[in-house]
Amino acid sequence: MTKILEGRERQVYRKGGEPYQLECDKPSLAGSVSQRACVFCGSRVVLYPIADALHLVHGPIGCAAYTWDIRGALSSGPQLHRLSFSTDLREMDVIQGGEKKLYAALCQLIDAHQPKAAFVYATCIVGIIGDDVDAVCKRIGQEKGIPVLPVHSEGFKGTKKDGYRAACDALFQLIGTVPTQGITPPSLNILGDFNLAGEIWIIREYFRRMGVQVVSCISGDGRVDDIRRAHGAALNLVQCSGSMMHLAKRLKETYGTPFLRVSYFGVEDMAQALYDVARFFNDPALLERTQALVKAELDAILPQIERYRQVLAGRSAAIYVGGAFKAFSLVRALRLLGMRTLLVGSQTGTGEDYEQLRELCDEGTIIVDDSNPLELASFLRETQVDLFIGGVKERPIAYKLGVGFCDHNHERKEALAGFAGMVNFAREVHATVMSPVWKLTPRYARLRAGEERLA
Amino acid sequence: MNATLTVIEGEKPAYVATRNACKLCSPLGACLAIRGIEGALPFLHGSQGCATYMRRYLISHFKEPMDIAASNFSETATIFGGGDNLRTGLRNVTQQYHPSLIGVATTCLCETIGEDVALLLREYEESSGDRRKDTPALVHISTPSYRGTHRDGFHAAVRAVVGGLAEDGARADHINVFPGMISPADLRYLKEIFDDFGAAIVLLPDYSETLDGPAAAHYQKIPAGGTSLAAIRSTGCAQATLELGRTIGASASAGALLSERFGVRCHRLGLPIGVRETDRLFEVVETLTGRATPQRHQLERGRLIDSYVDGHKYLFGKRAVVYGEEDLVVGLAAFLSEVGVVPVLCASGGESGALAQSIRQVTQDCAGEVAVREGADFMSIAEVAATLAPDFLIGNSKGQALARQLGIPLVRVGFPIHDRLGGPRILHLGYRGTQQLFDRVVNTLIERKQEASPVGYSYM
Repeated sequence: MTKILEGRERQVYRKGGEPYQLECDKPSLAGSVSQRACVFCGSRVVLYPIADALHLVHGPIGCAAYTWDIRGALSSGPQLHRLSFSTDLREMDVIQGGEKKLYAALCQLIDAHQPKAAFVYATCIVGIIGDDVDAVCKRIGQEKGIPVLPVHSEGFKGTKKDGYRAACDALFQLIGTVPTQGITPPSLNILGDFNLAGEIWIIREYFRRMGVQVVSCISGDGRVDDIRRAHGAALNLVQCSGSMMHLAKRLKETYGTPFLRVSYFGVEDMAQALYDVARFFNDPALLERTQALVKAELDAILPQIERYRQVLAGRSAAIYVGGAFKAFSLVRALRLLGMRTLLVGSQTGTGEDYEQLRELCDEGTIIVDDSNPLELASFLRETQVDLFIGGVKERPIAYKLGVGFCDHNHERKEALAGFAGMVNFAREVHATVMSPVWKLTPRYARLRAGEERLA
Repeated sequence: MNATLTVIEGEKPAYVATRNACKLCSPLGACLAIRGIEGALPFLHGSQGCATYMRRYLISHFKEPMDIAASNFSETATIFGGGDNLRTGLRNVTQQYHPSLIGVATTCLCETIGEDVALLLREYEESSGDRRKDTPALVHISTPSYRGTHRDGFHAAVRAVVGGLAEDGARADHINVFPGMISPADLRYLKEIFDDFGAAIVLLPDYSETLDGPAAAHYQKIPAGGTSLAAIRSTGCAQATLELGRTIGASASAGALLSERFGVRCHRLGLPIGVRETDRLFEVVETLTGRATPQRHQLERGRLIDSYVDGHKYLFGKRAVVYGEEDLVVGLAAFLSEVGVVPVLCASGGESGALAQSIRQVTQDCAGEVAVREGADFMSIAEVAATLAPDFLIGNSKGQALARQLGIPLVRVGFPIHDRLGGPRILHLGYRGTQQLFDRVVNTLIERKQEASPVGYSYM
């Protein structure tokens, strides 16, 4: 059994064995080597894909350097989001303040790149040295005639979720600042898809075929002018609810726009998302088009999925991802491939998320909140899964121990969303689980010798 | 044709924002160095995100587990001080990892609030009382990210560890080797060289195994390998120190510290890349060990020069843009200039103040103009490079976008290599590493020429 750090015992739950009382939404224990990042990270990931905005990180160089071209968030046009800009504060700035540098940097960069808006991320020390970031942004905004939005993302001021919130607040300021003519019902905004490997293009194409206008994408392949008129859409479609729910709620309060929570991963969830939209607009013709679309897509992919399922059925997997909502889809997608999920966890899931996960998972599944490398390695050994689904920081744990891995992170190059994405997912799972390289690993040798047992 | 060398230093411009940085923050370098000490764990006193970002950045290069702990500053800790977080964090990592040493590197946050980390660590050790023997050695490394770069953090960690652990004693035969930020393959090769001389060394840090380890059956909390604490203690009584890196300032140098405190003589050499810089290394090792260079290394040297001759026409007059950490840039410039390539732009994000002088020292063979830029970022490199008609770039993978923009090849060396496999296995140093670099550079240019030919060809 995996040894859990004191103070974290209740953040791990084994379905079936004990009364359910999983704790979450807690700050990470000091020294726990959490897989989480910080407030800045939360803001940066949400806003990053807005391709025609300037993203300026105000602080010493690290935060900008580590987030340069960090995501596979594609743009169909401008590539400004992929550049890394920093005020690169130095010792004297820490003493004298960084406002002058911030002002100078914004002036130069706006002149050089002509962005449609600028986001200014305040990092840890900016909060301490007392720079009035709001005032500088306001002044530059007036001088340059574009929205210049402060993002209060000081790393220590909470968790990644607070960073999501700060990003949503900045987006909210942008929305509603231009007229909305040219929008015809049915219309919607796509919230919480980041266009990794072009995924939002797959989803947009579905809505085009259904006859639903996409007003703005927030934030995958995002454009400032689209986002400014997002309040004109009839519906907000929220994926990655952990990051975007705050914005959806604010838009509902202010503009009365209803929202739906959806996921585009896996066949069931993708179909469900499209049907939910069709039903929302309550138009029989739209519903018919949706049914035809889903049928055509399923006809195209199910034979391929079946071929993978025949090989993968009975295999097992572990999942550790950023937000829990994605984990639901993954559990279901794995089921479609005949695979069992023995461990599922997230960095930032809510109580509601975990409750839903518990209902979804099989008996014996381990559910974990805010885990760390030692726990994850130990869970892998305990469960002896064939596959681990996670991000960059989880990958070496799996590989080192001889376990297959599927990247479901933000730098992935394979689109995993939509019906076509399910085939890519199956292909990737198949490629890693069935690779002959595992037969050369120490783990395989131990399994053969009976020193370890598959679950 | 300009037959002489001119090194032109850029004027320090008025403030401009940093656009696509050619440097990282100093705590990252400290974490990397600590991972090369046996049983040691890096620990950042600051926000959770710093550790996570650095882990992610390092993992993407090394493809290895990369545990870096953090004290996870909260808002309260920022107002009232992070002492509680530090203590809890140290207790938790000790309980989980049982480290022999914890390298506590600071961040911009804790430095800005004026946290007295040295005092906090002393108090922590004292309060451990009877449990003290189970308490890991604690080393404080000051690495505010608003000062210096990752390579400064790296050297600060080496100096802090040596300063904290080195002991006086009877002079022994062993040699301290402080190699700077080089690859695991380079570290393994350096050990082989000294082994062939029959010389005992303390190589610090040594992440040749900890960050380039074999497939495992069990998760190693702290991977095996690294410089032992006993070896680090003995650096105070070594016969000499060899420190690689021409641009390290005395105040940042572990070798200088040992020289001042214990009278251990420090030999400062450049990173041994190219025949001449490598010859200097072997000369010093010959003097220190009293032995001639073993024949296999002489043969490697001979083969390298032989290949230089075979390939010289493909390289003569070619123009390279070189960037990265200062000492790597100097080493590469030395190598390139001795094979006839003009390093038309030598740039670093670092601001040691010693880059131009060091470049001058190693590029005397070079005919042409060499522009040197300290404090450079990739956009300023792009601006200068656009006027220089370079044939190729040589540096880490962050030059990929620039190479694409200029339509010229990038020879990937150093750290990080995020868009290819095998970064940790790139050998740069010595006759053998130079041989591999040379073959890669020549073949890159040959391939370019071959691809550009409308009909292709089968012989060079």
